[in-house]
Amino acid sequence: MSAPLLQVKAVETYYGNIRALNGVDVEVHRGEIVCLIGANGAGKSTLMMTICGSPQARTGAVMFEGEEITRMPTHEIARLRIAQSPEGRRIFPRMTVFENLQMGASLDNLKYFNEDVEKVFTLFPRLKERQAQRGGTLSGGEQQMLSIARALMARPKLLLLDEPSLGLAPLIVKGIFEAIKKLNKEEGLTVFLVEQNAFGALKLSDRGYVMVNGRVTMSGSGKELLANPEVRAAYLEGGRH
Amino acid sequence: MEYFVQQLVNGLTLGSIYGMIAIGYTMVYGIIGMINFAHGDIFMLGGFAALIVFLLLTTFIAGVPVVLALLLMMVVAMLTAGLWNWTIEKVAYRPLRGSFRLAPLITAIGMSIALSNFIQVTQGPRNKPIPPLVSSVYDVFGITISLKQIIIIIITAVLLSIFWYIVNKTPLGRAQRATEQDRKMAALLGVDVDRTISVTFIMGAALAAVAGTMYLMYYGVVVFTDGFVPGVKAFTAAVLGGIGSLPGAVLGGLLIGLIESLWSAYFTIDYKDVATFSILAIVLIFKPSGILGRPEVEKV
Ligand SMILES: Nc1ncnc2c1ncn2[C@@H]1O[C@H](COP(=O)(O)OP(=O)(O)O)[C@@H](O)[C@H]1O
Ligand SMILES: [Mg+2]
Repeated sequence: MSAPLLQVKAVETYYGNIRALNGVDVEVHRGEIVCLIGANGAGKSTLMMTICGSPQARTGAVMFEGEEITRMPTHEIARLRIAQSPEGRRIFPRMTVFENLQMGASLDNLKYFNEDVEKVFTLFPRLKERQAQRGGTLSGGEQQMLSIARALMARPKLLLLDEPSLGLAPLIVKGIFEAIKKLNKEEGLTVFLVEQNAFGALKLSDRGYVMVNGRVTMSGSGKELLANPEVRAAYLEGGRH
Repeated sequence: MEYFVQQLVNGLTLGSIYGMIAIGYTMVYGIIGMINFAHGDIFMLGGFAALIVFLLLTTFIAGVPVVLALLLMMVVAMLTAGLWNWTIEKVAYRPLRGSFRLAPLITAIGMSIALSNFIQVTQGPRNKPIPPLVSSVYDVFGITISLKQIIIIIITAVLLSIFWYIVNKTPLGRAQRATEQDRKMAALLGVDVDRTISVTFIMGAALAAVAGTMYLMYYGVVVFTDGFVPGVKAFTAAVLGGIGSLPGAVLGGLLIGLIESLWSAYFTIDYKDVATFSILAIVLIFKPSGILGRPEVEKV
């Protein structure tokens, strides 16, 4: 097997003196969809942000395409084409939808801009209708689409999605999951996503990790984890299906 | 009526100068949430840089065309002020980013004192006069308009248009607005936040330096304390217009220029500053975020 696209090795991340990640190992290979599930406060978002160097890991290493990026500034990591749709979507509220998309396209690929905009508009036609509207006035679902679309504008080698389904109607969640699957199938896009909606996410994913209190406690293929009794008890039964 | 229009023209001229300074306050506040108290002194520094260029030109080259002289004064003032503001941001403000809120403010006051004292020591404490650069005066329907006023208003309009274009239509301006709205997200999208903040300080300083040059040309004199009163007025303009809002800074500047001129013309000049600040107080009672400011809701 070739070297993983992303490799997180024994990473520990702190907020002040509080340790949020406690020796995390995760791998994502090219062309995979990998998901990370876990309860609230487990450290999932911290891992996503640590990959992007904000905050940086205190110990351990983050490797991307075989190069260490642990101490790289966040904006340089972004320029390696790691794009994130972070927790809370973080749309620029006083920029239009179109400007938010422009922010997603880094300077060196402005030549693809028109083509890429058309592509995300095909994926999320709602955004096309709203392109002149300010980000802050969009509905939650539209903001989520915009957040993902903005990340796609970077032509990412690795797409990080932090809870893309949070707070959205089931129909919209289905649409977003289908869009992810389609990009993965048709363009080989590599996706690492965090989900509370464990059932949907595991079905979508090639592999998954389970995180508890800042540690990865289990990993396996999507199917294995779906069938695992512990996973079922903790994250599926009684949870959202 | 003619007297009134005359005062409008005077007020607009003064207001242009305030507006150009106010933009620096409002941009820096918008992007890092800090009141740069040293900004008024940047304006004064611009005035001195222009003065020095003027003196060098008139000493060494006889008969320099006025347009060329003004242009050189402006450019050198912009470069000097830009370099100074870039440097203090890097060495004095950046290390304090993320520390308690008053720290950068206090440092800025220190930087303000340091710069005005430096100018006092190196340039002397007295008024520095220059002979009138442009002295033509036109009579338009009974109103006296000087060429100086026309130059100030035109240069302000041109610079503000360029500035508006940069902020609203270029990748640099987008990066500045993104950094202002969500610094962490901007970095996640590849924006070099430190560099963007540096550029913002340089842009604000350049506009203040042009204002300083115009001030020198208009009044024919500059002194090391000049950063203070116009600086406070421009800061007031930024607050009046709504701190953080660029059109607000310009509007606030023009309003304060107009209030001052009209008050001095119809009432007593001694109380013009009282009038200005009273109007500020009244506006803030009814609209705490300023005329074009947005209410503090999403600032983190
Ligand atoms: N900015 C922060 N400052 C301090 N503690 C934080 C911060 N962000 C998250 N934490 C803490 O780190 C832990 C992991 O949080 P997070 O990564 O957001 O979990 P998850 O995304 O799995 O819900 C939690 O205990 C949370 O309280
Ligand atoms: Mg989270």
